[in-house]
Amino acid sequence: MSDALMTPQDTTATAAVPLKPLGRVMAVTSGKGGVGKTFVSANLAAALAKRGHRVLVLDADLGLANLDVVLNLYPKITLHDVFTGKAKIEEAIVRAPGGFSVLLAGSGMVEYSRLSAEVRNDFLSIMNGLTPHYDIVLLDTGAGISDVVLFAVSLASEVLVVATPEPTSLTDAYATIKVLVGQQKRQNIRMVINQTARLGDGRAITTQLQQVLDRFVPSEPGRQVRLIHMGDIPSDLSVRQAIMRRQLLMQSMPGSPAAMAISQLAGKLEEAIIRRQS
Amino acid sequence: MANKTPSSEIDLNDLRLDDARALVEHDADNQLAGLENSPTLLLQKILDALCELSLKDPLTGLANRRHFQQVLSREIDAVARSGEPALLLMMDIDHFKKVNDTYGHPAGDQVLQTIAKCLSSCVRPMDTVARFGGEEFAVILPSCLASYGRTVAERIREAVGALSIAVTPVTTIQVTVSVGGAYAPEWVRSTSSLWIDRADTLLYRAKTEGRNRVCMDVQQEISVSAEEKNMLFGHLALGDPAWIESIAIESASHAAGNAMNRIN
Repeated sequence: MSDALMTPQDTTATAAVPLKPLGRVMAVTSGKGGVGKTFVSANLAAALAKRGHRVLVLDADLGLANLDVVLNLYPKITLHDVFTGKAKIEEAIVRAPGGFSVLLAGSGMVEYSRLSAEVRNDFLSIMNGLTPHYDIVLLDTGAGISDVVLFAVSLASEVLVVATPEPTSLTDAYATIKVLVGQQKRQNIRMVINQTARLGDGRAITTQLQQVLDRFVPSEPGRQVRLIHMGDIPSDLSVRQAIMRRQLLMQSMPGSPAAMAISQLAGKLEEAIIRRQS
Repeated sequence: MANKTPSSEIDLNDLRLDDARALVEHDADNQLAGLENSPTLLLQKILDALCELSLKDPLTGLANRRHFQQVLSREIDAVARSGEPALLLMMDIDHFKKVNDTYGHPAGDQVLQTIAKCLSSCVRPMDTVARFGGEEFAVILPSCLASYGRTVAERIREAVGALSIAVTPVTTIQVTVSVGGAYAPEWVRSTSSLWIDRADTLLYRAKTEGRNRVCMDVQQEISVSAEEKNMLFGHLALGDPAWIESIAIESASHAAGNAMNRIN
């Protein structure tokens, strides 16, 4: 596999107009924090890379995401330096241990959390420049439903909502989905349920969320919201171990139940997003 | 080695008077009781006075702009966490310049003070009434439902309009206010300045539409109702004891795993 950025590639996603979702960009979001959003983003990226895809993970939480912590990466040059004109975008992209590329925001980006029109445009042009060089770009968004999160999600053609079976997580995931449906007119939202206790719990939760949406969120005929269950990640002690050791689960314990589940998730996403668009 | 900070480098905005006061109180606890004029007590009085000075508008006794900003920032965080709607009202006295020009500045001050009192009497104790600047006031209403917001705003507008303000021993005048109201976006983390901007825009609209009126933004309903929550996890948790049990077993095995980690 060649270095992703250096490889020019034909794509239909280069000439995106502002706020039109870019192709092959998937936002990973959750509503609630602490449900394993960044864990899923990073390990999913590794699983997709293992399948031979060129993957970029972007810290779309503008410096508040823990991607650097999860990956144990502290690059000198970050997105902040690109925004301030101190570095070129190519210099800010680093290679993560799992064989994928990462663009970290850097702590200075917190100042940009006000999302002025300039910041939006800068972000958009960076995204426009990057997407053609990758098979898929994952946007690791922040917790909550801030305008930064909503903006990041608006750039993505696909949304993956990570939730856990806990009531608080379900409520926040549901609220997020409501906003995405109401403000961005999203119809298809992909779901992954993390930390499930039993087989089938995840599907039951997605079905339940779908039923509540059908009942409480009005939609025009033919434009019903559809939650697509992409899989469960079982509760697994090896996840905790990998996180404490600051390693990718896909690398340190590829045979663990959670890693196998993420591998399966990668296969499903490959089928649904990458193959379909190429 | 003591690192002494030159006073010129002390940022007054960073000065935490509450912390200082707590320290003084802590000191006082450790001292002998009954010392009426101890340095600690004196210092405490000074700090109390400083707190008062730094947070209140001297003319009206309302929260000043600094205090208002603090409350607003805190409220926006609270809304992001709780998802409970909060309302910000910005209001401006109509044709206030005319009052000053016709009856003089003491009359203007009298109007500001009377309206300040009136505003405080129109809202709940938990609400914050502030003098934003000049003849502009602001009210922060936490936990304020959409159906309730306009009622409060209209109540304020009517109460101010009904006041008879004695500007001289023989002259009483009546004034009106224009009000703009904006809700903190529910479930959405925003910034206090964006929130003020939205309320200000609505205030401006109330002014251009003829004054003495209320303009409120349409609140987006993104809250999750109790009914929705009930359906969301009602059957998962309450209706299915096996599910709860499986979660409990899960956490027990987590705890056991942690114990193992410590041993290893």
